[in-house]
Amino acid sequence: MNWFQEWALTLAIFLPAVGLAIILLIPKAEETAAKVVALVTTLATLGVGIGVIADFNFDASSRLQFTANEPWIDVIHARYHLGVDGIALPLLILSMFVTVLCVIYSWNHFPEPHNPKAFLALILLLEVGMNGTFLAEDLILFFIFFEIVLLPMFFMIGVWGGPNREYASIKFFLFTLFGSALMLLGFLALFFLEGTFQIPLLTAKGGINIVRITQNLIFAGLFLGFAIKVPMFPFHTWLPDAHTEAPTVGSVLLAAILLKLGVYGFIRIALPILPKAAHDWAPWIGLLAVIGIIYGALCCLAQTDMKRLIAFSSVSHMGFVMLGVATLTTFGINAAIFGMVAHGLITGMLFFIAGTMQHTYGTREMSRLGGLLKQAPKMGWILGFTVMASLGLPGLAGFWGEFPAVLSAYSPAHQVMGLFGGNADVTFRIFMVVAAVGTVLAAGYLLWMYQRVAFGEPTPEFADAHIHDVSIYEWIAWAPMLIGILVLGIYPDIIFSVTDPTVTRLTQLIGR
Amino acid sequence: MNPGWDFHAIAPEIILSATIIVVLIADFFFQYRRRFQTSQLATIGVLAAMVPVITLAVDGGTRRMFGGAFVVDPYSIALTGFFLAAAYVTLLLSVDYIGDGDYYQGEFYVLLLISVLGMVVMSSARDLITIFVALETISIPTFVLAGWRKHDPKSNEAAIKYYLIGVLSSAIMLYGMSLVFGLTGSTLLRDIAVAAPRTPHTSLLIVAVFLTLVGFAFKISAVPFHFWAPDTYEGAPTPVTAFLSVSSKAGGFVAMISIVFFGFFAVPDTWQPVLWILAVASMILGNLAALRQTNIVRMLAYSSIAQAGFMLVPFAVAADGDAARSSFEAIVIYLLIFGAMNLGAFAVVIAFARRTRSAEISTYAGLGSYAPGFALLMSIFVLSLAGLPPLAGWFAKFVMFRSVLDAGTPGATVLGIIAAVMSVVAFFYYMRVVMEMWFHPVPDSLEATPLRIPFALNAAVGICGAIVLIVGVYPQVFARIGELAAGG
Repeated sequence: MNWFQEWALTLAIFLPAVGLAIILLIPKAEETAAKVVALVTTLATLGVGIGVIADFNFDASSRLQFTANEPWIDVIHARYHLGVDGIALPLLILSMFVTVLCVIYSWNHFPEPHNPKAFLALILLLEVGMNGTFLAEDLILFFIFFEIVLLPMFFMIGVWGGPNREYASIKFFLFTLFGSALMLLGFLALFFLEGTFQIPLLTAKGGINIVRITQNLIFAGLFLGFAIKVPMFPFHTWLPDAHTEAPTVGSVLLAAILLKLGVYGFIRIALPILPKAAHDWAPWIGLLAVIGIIYGALCCLAQTDMKRLIAFSSVSHMGFVMLGVATLTTFGINAAIFGMVAHGLITGMLFFIAGTMQHTYGTREMSRLGGLLKQAPKMGWILGFTVMASLGLPGLAGFWGEFPAVLSAYSPAHQVMGLFGGNADVTFRIFMVVAAVGTVLAAGYLLWMYQRVAFGEPTPEFADAHIHDVSIYEWIAWAPMLIGILVLGIYPDIIFSVTDPTVTRLTQLIGR
Repeated sequence: MNPGWDFHAIAPEIILSATIIVVLIADFFFQYRRRFQTSQLATIGVLAAMVPVITLAVDGGTRRMFGGAFVVDPYSIALTGFFLAAAYVTLLLSVDYIGDGDYYQGEFYVLLLISVLGMVVMSSARDLITIFVALETISIPTFVLAGWRKHDPKSNEAAIKYYLIGVLSSAIMLYGMSLVFGLTGSTLLRDIAVAAPRTPHTSLLIVAVFLTLVGFAFKISAVPFHFWAPDTYEGAPTPVTAFLSVSSKAGGFVAMISIVFFGFFAVPDTWQPVLWILAVASMILGNLAALRQTNIVRMLAYSSIAQAGFMLVPFAVAADGDAARSSFEAIVIYLLIFGAMNLGAFAVVIAFARRTRSAEISTYAGLGSYAPGFALLMSIFVLSLAGLPPLAGWFAKFVMFRSVLDAGTPGATVLGIIAAVMSVVAFFYYMRVVMEMWFHPVPDSLEATPLRIPFALNAAVGICGAIVLIVGVYPQVFARIGELAAGG
C-alpha cells in the first residue's frame, strides 16, 4: 500500500479536477453523461477517503499521515505539502460525503436556468478547494485552496440563485476576498519572521521568536480571514443573504463545509503558530462567539423565511463551535470539531428540506406553510428529526457538539486572559451562562419553526394542492445524513477517539 | 578595427530586420487578393527570430558588444523571448481584423515588426543613446498604427494625441539624458553607475533622473502622465491597442529597469521618491477611474494604468532593505504574466466585437449562455488580472507584495497597504464583466447564436489561456525565468 500512502491525498484533491475536465468536454446536451461522470467522480473520491480511513494509523492519529512533500514554487519556498491527521480526517470525510449526496440530490432538482453541466462542474471545483484546504500543510497551498472555493460558490449563487442573487453573490465574494487578502498578508509576515511556509515547521516553532505584540498583529490578519469565513459576529452579514439566495445544493455545501474552513484555519494555523496571541485573543473570540450565539438566535425569532431562519441558526451554532475553540482546552476544541461535523450534517439536512419545500410549495414563507405532517408525513417527520438534532437533543449528533462546548467554558486553559484584565474563569463562566441561554433560545426558534411549518392544517392556499412526499432521489441523498446524525448521536466516540490525540497534542503546543 | 560583432547574439535583430525588408518588398509583388500572405511572412519571421533566442538561452553566459552598449544576458534573453511571443500573439489578433477591414496590409505588418525590433533591441540596450533609439523605434511606428482606421475621427484623435504626447515625452527624456551625460561624462549605464554617486551636483542629478523618468512615465502611462492612454486605446484599432498596452508599455518598463537597476541603483534618492509617487497615483487613480467605465476597452485602459501602478511598486522599494533582488524578479515576473493575461483579454474583446461592433460592457450580457467557452476564458483573463488564485495574476501580485515586505521600510509598508486595498477595489470592475457575462440575460439587440471565431483568434485566446492557467497552478515556470533574469 506504499503507493496509496503517497498518492491518496493528491487523488482526493485532484480526482474531482479530472472529473471537472471530463465534464467540460461533454456536450451540453448530454445531461445524463455529465451527471454520471459527476457521480462517479465524487464516489471515487469518497472511495479514496474510505481507503484513507482504512489505511489510517489510528494509534498515531496525532501525527501527519499520507504526507506528500514536493517542491512547488522554489522561488518563494512554497512546497506542495499535504497531510492528514485526526483533526483533518473527519472534516475531509464530511466534505467528500456531503458532495456525493449533493450530486445525488441534484439529479432531478436542477434549479433554473438548469444547465446541469455547468452546475456539476462547479460542485466538483468546490470539492477540489474544500478537500485541498483540509489537507494543505503549506500556507500558500492553503491560501490557494481557500480561494478556489470562492468562485464556484459565487457562480452558484449568482446564476442559479433567488431573485436577489446578484447582490448576495457579490457580497459573499467581496467579504471573503477582503478577509483572505489580510490573511495572506499575515502569512507573508509569518514567512519573513520564521522563514518558512510549512505549517508543521511553524507549529513546531510556535512563534517563539516573535514578540507578543507582533504575534497579536499577525493574528489580527489571520483572525479577519478566518472569522469572516466562519462567520463570526459582526462579520456574518454576508451569510443570511448568501444562504437565502443560493440554490439548495449551494446552501448545503456552504453550511456543511465552507463555514468549517474558517474554524479549521483557526485550529490548524492561527492558534498553534501564534500561541501567545491566541491567549490574548481567546477572550475576545469567546465574547464574539457568545454574542453570535444570542444575536443569531434572536434574529431567528424574527424571521418569516424558513431558509433565512436556518441561515441565522448557523450563525448561532457556529458561535458554540467558536466558544469551544476559544477555551483553548482539549475538551473545547474536541467539542468544536465534533460540532462542525454535526452542524454540517444537521444544517445541511435542514437546507435540503427547506429547498425541497421551496420546490414543492413554491414558497418558504412560514406564514403560508402549515400541516406538512398531514400533506407529506415522511418529510414532516424527517424535518422533525432534524430539528430535534439541531436544538441539541441528547442522543442525536447536535448534542455532542453543543453541550461539551458550553461545558468547556467552565474552565478555559490557564494561560488564557480574562476580559479587561479580569479573571479568565469568571469571564468564561459568564460566557457559559449566556451560551446556555442560547441553547434555550435555539429550542425556542426551532420548535416554533417546526410548529408553524408542520403542525396544524395546511393553509387554504395549499389545501387542495397535490404535494409529493419524499422522492427516491431524496431518500438516497438524505438517508445517509439521517443515519449519520443518529449514529454520531448514539456513539460520538467515533469522532472523539480520532480527534482527541491530535487535539491533546495541539493544546500542549498552544499552552507553551 | 574589428568592432567585435557576435552574430549569434544579434541574430534575433538580424532576422527581424530581414523579415521587415522581405515583407515590404513582397507587398509590392503580391496581387491584391493575396495580400494576406504578408501576415504569414511576418509570422514566420517572428517565429524564426525565436530560434536564436532559444539557442542563446541554452548557451547561457553574457555577451557584450559595442563597448558594452549592447549586452545579451539571461535578463535580455528572457525579455526578447517575451517580446517575440507577445508579437506573435499580436499578429494572431491582427490577421482577421486587418484582413476584413479596408486596410493596407503590408504596411501594417512592416510597422508592427519595426516596433517589435525596437523592443528586442531595448532588451539588450545598456546605453542611454541605444535606449533612446530603441524607444523611438518602438514608438514612431505605433503613432501611425494608432491612426490606422483613418476614416474614423476617433482613430485620428487617438493617433494625434499619442503622437503629441509621445514627442513631448521624448524631448523631456532626451533633455534629462543630456544632463546625465553632462554630470557623469558617459552614456554607458555601466559608467554611469560608477560616476553617479561621485558627482558633487546631487541636486542637478536629481533633476536629470527625474526628467528621464518622466519621459518613461508617459510611455508606461503612469499617473499623472496617463491622460493620453484611454482615448488612444479607445480610438486605435483594437489589436493595436493590445499591442500598445502590453508590448509598448513593457518596452518602457524594460528601459526603466535597465536605467534604474544598471545605472542609478547606487543613488536611490534620485529615483525612489518619484517612483513611489507614480506608483501610488497610478494605483489609486487607475483603479478608481476604471470603476466608472462602461466601455470595456476604456476599462482595460484604466486597468492597465492601475497594473502599471502595481508594477511600479517593486521599483519604488528596490533600494530598501534586501529588496533589490526580489523587486527585480517581481517586475520581470509581473511583466510576463501581465502580458499573457492582458493580451488574452484583448483577444476576447476583438473576437466578440466581430459580432457586436461595439465595446460596451453591457453587450457582454448573457455571453455565458450562448458562447460559454469564450465567456469562461474571458472570466479567466479578467479574474487573473484581478489576482484571484489559482490564475497567474495571483503570483504576479504575490511577488509584488514579497518585494514590499523584503524592503520593510515605513514607505514600503504604506505602499503595500495601498496596493492591498486597491487590489480589492479592482475586483469590483473586473467582477462586473464576469457578472454581466454570466448573470444577465442576452440583450434583445444581439442574436444569441454561437460565435464564429477565426482560427487565428482562437489560437491567440488558447495560448494566453493556457499560460494563465499553467502559470497560475505552477508559477515556478515564470518564477525561474525571473530568477535567472535577476541572476545578473
